[in-house]
Amino acid sequence: MLEQILSILPQVIFDGLVLGFVYAMVALGYTMVYGVLELINFAHSEIFMIGAVVGVEVFRYLAPQVPSGFLLLLIALLLGGALAGGTAILVERFAYRPLRKRGTTNRLVPLITAIGVSFILQDLVRLIEGLWHNEFFLRMRTVEDLEGSFELFGGAIFVQTKSLILIAVSMVMLVGLTYLVNRTKLGVAIRAVAQDLSTASLMGIDPDRIISRTFLIGGSLGGVAGVLFALQYTTVNATWASCPASRPSPPPSWAGSATSPGPCWGAWCSASWKTSSAPTCPS
Amino acid sequence: MAFTLGLQRSGNTLGLIGLVGILVALTTLPRIPTWVRVLLGLAILLLSVPIAGFANTFVFELGIQIGIYAAMALGLNVVVGMAGLLDLGYAAFFAVGAYTWAIFGSEQARNFMRGHFPLPGEYMYLFMGIAVVTTALTGLLIGLPALRLRGDYLAIVTLGLGEVVRILANNLDHPINFTNGPQGITPVMRPPIDGFRSLMAHLGVRLDQTTDYQLFFYLLVLLMIGLVVLVNVNLANSRFGRAWVAIREDEVAARSMGIPLLPTKLLAFMTGAAFSGVMGVIFAAQRTFVSPESFTLLASITILAMVILGGMGSIPGAILGAAALTILNLDVLKTFSEFVRTSFPQIPSQVDPAKYERLVFGLILVLMMIFRPEGLIPERRHRSEMEEA
Repeated sequence: MLEQILSILPQVIFDGLVLGFVYAMVALGYTMVYGVLELINFAHSEIFMIGAVVGVEVFRYLAPQVPSGFLLLLIALLLGGALAGGTAILVERFAYRPLRKRGTTNRLVPLITAIGVSFILQDLVRLIEGLWHNEFFLRMRTVEDLEGSFELFGGAIFVQTKSLILIAVSMVMLVGLTYLVNRTKLGVAIRAVAQDLSTASLMGIDPDRIISRTFLIGGSLGGVAGVLFALQYTTVNATWASCPASRPSPPPSWAGSATSPGPCWGAWCSASWKTSSAPTCPS
Repeated sequence: MAFTLGLQRSGNTLGLIGLVGILVALTTLPRIPTWVRVLLGLAILLLSVPIAGFANTFVFELGIQIGIYAAMALGLNVVVGMAGLLDLGYAAFFAVGAYTWAIFGSEQARNFMRGHFPLPGEYMYLFMGIAVVTTALTGLLIGLPALRLRGDYLAIVTLGLGEVVRILANNLDHPINFTNGPQGITPVMRPPIDGFRSLMAHLGVRLDQTTDYQLFFYLLVLLMIGLVVLVNVNLANSRFGRAWVAIREDEVAARSMGIPLLPTKLLAFMTGAAFSGVMGVIFAAQRTFVSPESFTLLASITILAMVILGGMGSIPGAILGAAALTILNLDVLKTFSEFVRTSFPQIPSQVDPAKYERLVFGLILVLMMIFRPEGLIPERRHRSEMEEA
């Protein structure tokens, strides 16, 4: 029994690491919004799902035209990030901003709105996919270039090429985000709004614009994570995201709300737990 | 032909909405003498609805569903509306109540106990009492760790624990089969209704095999709602009700006035849970079938949407919210999709309005929060708070 567990352990840890990168990117979107608005953005799981659906659609339509799988993935990542970020901005503009303008102090009001938005987005995507392809379960098209695998440590770990791509892309995104938040003017403004919205606005920062940008950044991160998730795990549907993406929602709360590496550690813990418990207990 | 069918169905729908409208007007309009309210209300609930039900049994089904959801909305109203604790896992208590009777009122209990199972149907009344205890205990178990948190943290924790209950129900079919897993438990015993039949025969009402249980459960649910409203009104005006509202308004101030926070919140949680548990027993017996699918996050959010639509903290509001959403869900959307299907047959079946209840609930939640956060029939204190903010 113990030997069996030990023999699958390296694989489980590696799978957990890969899934953890996806969760980390999603969790960062939650945390950034929580940082500036103190709102658990339930709709973020749907932003993530929109990224995944866009990835599937790009692969479906452009795979015959685009010669290189890597170029195709790049297009999918850009489009997925852009559309998901755009949706996040729209959600902020039309659902959360009116509440903020009215100055509601009740914490339940934005939270319930977020749940409502999450449901609306789920069914909108389902409706669009239903009208477009009459499909509910979407499958990512496989592309030759991106399918490959090798074994490490004498077969202890089975590695797919796309897992490596996933890790590389998310590393770039996470490093980029760290640079953006810590070194740029926009990052300073975001941190200022997160610390104290009214004081920040006295210092010449337009909070609405910064909040909108925060949603854009968090949303695009979520969208890119969605495309990578679809690439790695291949099946997607409109309502599924609220399960995997509500799992990263605890980590931001464990790790505090600042834009820090905290949520990443939370995400890796919960992802490793998930992959390691999956073989033994069905969910 | 299809068009007349559509007209007939929408006629039914309009009639139902009209009935609910009259009931709402009776409870909310000022300057109607109390005896007119009571008399008209009872006449509608005890005469018009059953008469319509004999013509079309769907009305009974609708009435029972509205009743079950209304009682649960009233229970959640205690937790969310009065005490201000956002509970996103409320369906868990409904599940505990339903499974309490389903396990012992079917052959399921033979898997782990000796004795004569299923228990005879009369035991359902006893189990309504037992369900109060089991769900209140579940409320205590979930509440003890969760209620130390506030606001959104509490919401996330209750969401998680609510899912835990559903997943337990889904997976407790091995090693010992308690819940029969995803297949669910069926058949669950119903109480025998010979006495009820003869009573109705004395009153000159003829019942047949399809309507007798429907009428019985309809009246049972009405009775339960009456009880629940009575308890609710008395609670709202009691020491506990005032303590809950105080906690909702300002936790720190309430504490400094000597209200013990955790016990008071726990009491709200357990009271809400108990309402839901009793209705769970009735739900299990009425459908004779229980499966984990009925207790998903969507069910919890549906009940929450009812409370919010009616107005947090308002008793007539919770009932109105339950009626409106249930009619919307079971009748209006179905009628509309039938209309779409017959008028535009080229549209794929994936795009069936009846399948888009989430979209409708989401829109209701968002629009209510933006334009009327105090609800359709707001509670007095809540309205002033929302306007002030």
